Amino acid sequence: MSLIEQDIPMSTTAERRVVTSAPGVAPSSDWVIVTRGITRDYDMGGEIVHALRGVELAVRRNEYVAIMGPSGSGKSTLMNLIGCLDTPSAGEYWLNGVLVSRMADDELARVRNREIGFVFQTFNLLPRATALQNVELPLVYAGVSSAERKTRAKEALARVQLADRMDHRPNELSGGQRQRVAIARALVNRPAILLADEPTGNLDSTTSEEIMRVFEELSASGQTVIMVTHEQDIAAHARRVVVLRDGRVSSDETRETFLATLSARSA
Amino acid sequence: MSLLDAIRLALTQIRVQKLKSFFTLLGVTIGVMFLIAVVSIVNGMSKYMEEDFAAKFLGVNTFTLRRFPDFNMGDVTEATWREWQRRPQITVEDANAVRDALPPQTRWAIQDMTWGSPSTQYRNGGPQSLVAAVSADYFFIKNLDVERGRVFTEQEEMVGAPVVVIGKETADTFFPNIDPLGRELRLEGLPFRVIGVLQKQGSTFGLSLDRQVIGPFHSDLKRVTKSRRGLYGVLVQGTTNMIQQDAQERAREVMRRRHHLHPSEPDDFVFETSESALSGWQSIKQALTIGSLVLPAIGLVVGAIVIMNIMLVAVADRTREIGIRKALGAKRRDILAQFLVESATLSVVGAIFGIGLGFGLSALVRFLFPSMPSSVALWSVAVSVVVGGTVGIIAGVYPASRAARLDPILALRSD
Repeated sequence: MSLIEQDIPMSTTAERRVVTSAPGVAPSSDWVIVTRGITRDYDMGGEIVHALRGVELAVRRNEYVAIMGPSGSGKSTLMNLIGCLDTPSAGEYWLNGVLVSRMADDELARVRNREIGFVFQTFNLLPRATALQNVELPLVYAGVSSAERKTRAKEALARVQLADRMDHRPNELSGGQRQRVAIARALVNRPAILLADEPTGNLDSTTSEEIMRVFEELSASGQTVIMVTHEQDIAAHARRVVVLRDGRVSSDETRETFLATLSARSA
Repeated sequence: MSLLDAIRLALTQIRVQKLKSFFTLLGVTIGVMFLIAVVSIVNGMSKYMEEDFAAKFLGVNTFTLRRFPDFNMGDVTEATWREWQRRPQITVEDANAVRDALPPQTRWAIQDMTWGSPSTQYRNGGPQSLVAAVSADYFFIKNLDVERGRVFTEQEEMVGAPVVVIGKETADTFFPNIDPLGRELRLEGLPFRVIGVLQKQGSTFGLSLDRQVIGPFHSDLKRVTKSRRGLYGVLVQGTTNMIQQDAQERAREVMRRRHHLHPSEPDDFVFETSESALSGWQSIKQALTIGSLVLPAIGLVVGAIVIMNIMLVAVADRTREIGIRKALGAKRRDILAQFLVESATLSVVGAIFGIGLGFGLSALVRFLFPSMPSSVALWSVAVSVVVGGTVGIIAGVYPASRAARLDPILALRSD
């Protein structure tokens, strides 16, 4: 039985609606992400752009969610908010039981450090640092001692099968290896969510499959994974697909339903 | 992020961009180099003035009784100068009275001096020499040794034997390739026999100490120095500083009595010592130090500006890196500290190079001017490191705060 076919209990849409419609109430501990009507407006030289117009999203621990949407749908904005790089103009965002939507910069930095593991399209490794040093970085800001940093960073690299490449710099690694270093870095501080932004956007299809396998393994081992992508076949690796349109959630389905809808449309 | 991590990061940054770092550091390096060198040169001059110059001219544990000071570092007002000119001359009788009042363990010598033009049958005319008519102990007080021949004895001095001891340069000039011993040297037509040549003394302030002619005070030489109009001075040396002080007080009593001074009147003579001659030097030294610190200060200001620019460029170049660090949990103060430490490290490295070059410059000065033993003061090394770090931190504040304020989303998007 393959990992993806495993029968993990999915919360029903009704359950989610209950969680997202209780303003001011902390969600129970099995909800990692709960957003309640979050909006994000940008002032573009006097003209207000509504990038998000009230997004309700609830993610349980150990879910594997893909967020899709055409460009301009607000998926990047949503990713920034989920990743605590930004705060919403209105609405609530509860991350791992903590209300983060009203936090100041330095508190957000702390939350990013502890709760979120970023994986970017362009890898975003420090070019002059070795793989090991790159993976150590979140631990540096977490105030972990040098010796423990090394141990944990090596463990994380071993998890993505890169133990033998830890002294290599990014330019000495292939794209797939770089992305695996980035994944190791994202995991090293044991975050509540792994947040990937177009993780295969700069990779060929073989390497993309390789990275998707890593994600599936992580999900199988209990890691919550949120992946933002515009590629349907990549999104199809997730077990739940959320589609954004015009700053709102336009559909929120299981992988099976999503695939069925897709084949129905193409048929 | 710990300080050590930040410093290590900064050093990596410097190592990666060697050439750029070199130019960045130049200002601070030059500033610190001059700081070290200036302090060491002033120190050297100071040592020279205090140990060499003053000791050579005035002697150790020695005072010279004079009408008014010969070595003056400070300003002398017109009124003071006029008062000095009204003072009575120091006479041979004064000198003898002082000698009779001296405590044991002292040496005493009459010293009279003028500039004169010696001549010999080998050379007529030429550079002037310092002509000194002195009593025999002069050589011991001044610690003058002969290279050849001998100095004159007390008996020769008493009877006024027409003999002279000459300086090395005088010997070379007036007896070219000839042994001067036993030969005649004339001063204002008066003949003297050369009995000794002094060891090479060197020069101070361009004044050669090797062009001199020294003869017995009671010889005809005192006609050359015109000693009837008063002596240059009376030299007294004690074996210790205490004895010198004691001798000085006794000489003061004798002179005040001889000049019939009322207790309320000040002395109308002076005791010149190496300390008194150097009293003005301290203020000169201070002015010199402050004045010559302008150069390093300019270097450091330029250094600070360059570092600030380089750090602004670094922040711009590494916007993406800042974004990554912020995404991974770096707080504002982490980024601020990173760039401040980088800028301070850069500057301190520059200062360290400057310290090295400063040592070099100081050694060069010592090589070129051996008489001024310039030596690097340890405190100036410590000050340089502190100054270097401070310059770096000041220069880094603005760039670092810009880096710390960057929006992580925009920073991550930059390339």
